[in-house]
Amino acid sequence: MTMLQARGRSALRPAETGELERATAKRNRRTYLALLIPGLLGLLVSFVFPLAYMVRMSFNRGAPDGVIEETFTFDTYLQPLTDPYYWKVTLDTFQMGLTVGVLCILVSYPVALFLARSRSKYRSLLLAIAIAPLLTSAVVRTYGWMVILGTNGLVNSSLTGLGVIHTPLKLTNNMTGVTIGLVEIFMPYAILAMISGFGRLSPQLEEAAGSLGASKLNVFTRVTLPLSLPGILTAFLLVFVLSISTFITPRLLGGGSVQVLATEIYDQTTGLLNWPFAAALSVILLVLFGLIIAVYQRLTRKIGG
Amino acid sequence: MSEAPLFKPRFNAAKPAFGLLVFLLYLFLLAPLLIVFVVSFASNQYLSFPPEGFTLKWYGMLPEESTFMNGMRVSVIVAVVVTIVVLALGVPAALALDRYQFKAKAAVQSFFLSPLLIPSIVLALGMVLLFGPLKLTNTYAGIIIGHVAITIPFVIRTTLMSLTTTDTSCEAAARILGANSWTVFRRVTLPIIQPGVIAGGVIAFIVSFDEAVISLFVAESGLPTLPVQVLRYVENSADAAVAALSVILILISLAVVVVVERVMGLRKAL
Repeated sequence: MTMLQARGRSALRPAETGELERATAKRNRRTYLALLIPGLLGLLVSFVFPLAYMVRMSFNRGAPDGVIEETFTFDTYLQPLTDPYYWKVTLDTFQMGLTVGVLCILVSYPVALFLARSRSKYRSLLLAIAIAPLLTSAVVRTYGWMVILGTNGLVNSSLTGLGVIHTPLKLTNNMTGVTIGLVEIFMPYAILAMISGFGRLSPQLEEAAGSLGASKLNVFTRVTLPLSLPGILTAFLLVFVLSISTFITPRLLGGGSVQVLATEIYDQTTGLLNWPFAAALSVILLVLFGLIIAVYQRLTRKIGG
Repeated sequence: MSEAPLFKPRFNAAKPAFGLLVFLLYLFLLAPLLIVFVVSFASNQYLSFPPEGFTLKWYGMLPEESTFMNGMRVSVIVAVVVTIVVLALGVPAALALDRYQFKAKAAVQSFFLSPLLIPSIVLALGMVLLFGPLKLTNTYAGIIIGHVAITIPFVIRTTLMSLTTTDTSCEAAARILGANSWTVFRRVTLPIIQPGVIAGGVIAFIVSFDEAVISLFVAESGLPTLPVQVLRYVENSADAAVAALSVILILISLAVVVVVERVMGLRKAL
């Protein structure tokens, strides 16, 4: 989302092409280079080098005890591509992303719609409350879900207390718990992305449709929903991409019984010290990322967003 | 509106139903934070619900829990240095991106924002691989370099946001009146874009302070930050000491949210 937004913003900005501006720009060439270079160096060291080194590492051969054999081989890629276990992990990761994406859109859409339409004086406060959780650690929020969903947690004690169930539901250490936690953790992102994408959605259009005799349902399905589609798509992509790469929540709420690409990468490094293999899995995750973003960009062009 | 409406609207059941739905979704969104708050005051020996009584003992435990205190110290030092470094790198870059024309501008801007598109676990692995041979793992320098990549996009974005919405005529006026570039920046531009710079710095601080994955890879065994300590504690223990700590962290975040909202507006900043 963030990247797409920023791109849109710079594209909207009219180019200042006055003669005077151009002359100034030329004279200031040295100035802007001096301004850019520290930042570019910073990213080179903390971002480009680590990624490049990791890609190179994925072609090395790993031996037990963390020994790395410097070579150039595709063996590290062969294993995840031929072993059914890694196919399952990759598919589980994908499926988790899809489920979390869809559910997160379903629960975030009403909130985003409400915030986009609201003219209340508390609107900015309500918006701040909706996105404030973004600024609290994912570890803390995942911990909160462990307390809610655990065997003696809020949900199970309430349900047994009310006599609805007799044996506690298994809501943690499985995909159900991970999904619930992730949906909530990514809700603020989805809400923000949708509000930004609701550009053409205005209450006047809904009122117009209503006054022309459309039923509530018709107004929603034929005016509101189509106009909010670009926002929904952006939010879905964002949540999907965030969920397939997340580590903390599957680790804590999955309790070791949920394996996705991110937890697998961690286990390969800390447990097995198989660095080249972990690097290969990371490259696979990156390629998946690239594919998803490419598909998304084709889709948005089709919709004309 | 002062005029009376032409048509008296009929009672519409959809509206309160929608309101109730939004309220329930808000409750879902805030549920983990609310529950952590309740549990931190509960006297239950083990993590369970409902609370058996009220106690402050979990808060009392915090100062004695040396892992938390050490983690807190590491996290604060890292976040402060990261904020300073990232502002020093990011604000000039944003200035160049907004005030000067050059060919690769769009590409450079995308480059500065691209760390947001890379999964942090992938970046974390790359860092531990590169920093290991360089003897930077488990050092402050290593963690700080690691956090620079993920915080720089936020500073660039908030600063650019401030820059694009300001009028450049004040700067032109100062220049015509004989101020040199540095004076123009210090006495005209900086005061105008201050809200964006502050918001960017505050967000960089929070992102660095809350960051767990990169710190886990780069510094788990030697210099664990607070989120890493919390992660470990949650994995191994079943008491509510972490809840008390979490409440304190949430309150710090809340204070930060209020500051950012006041100086800039949260939505613009994120």
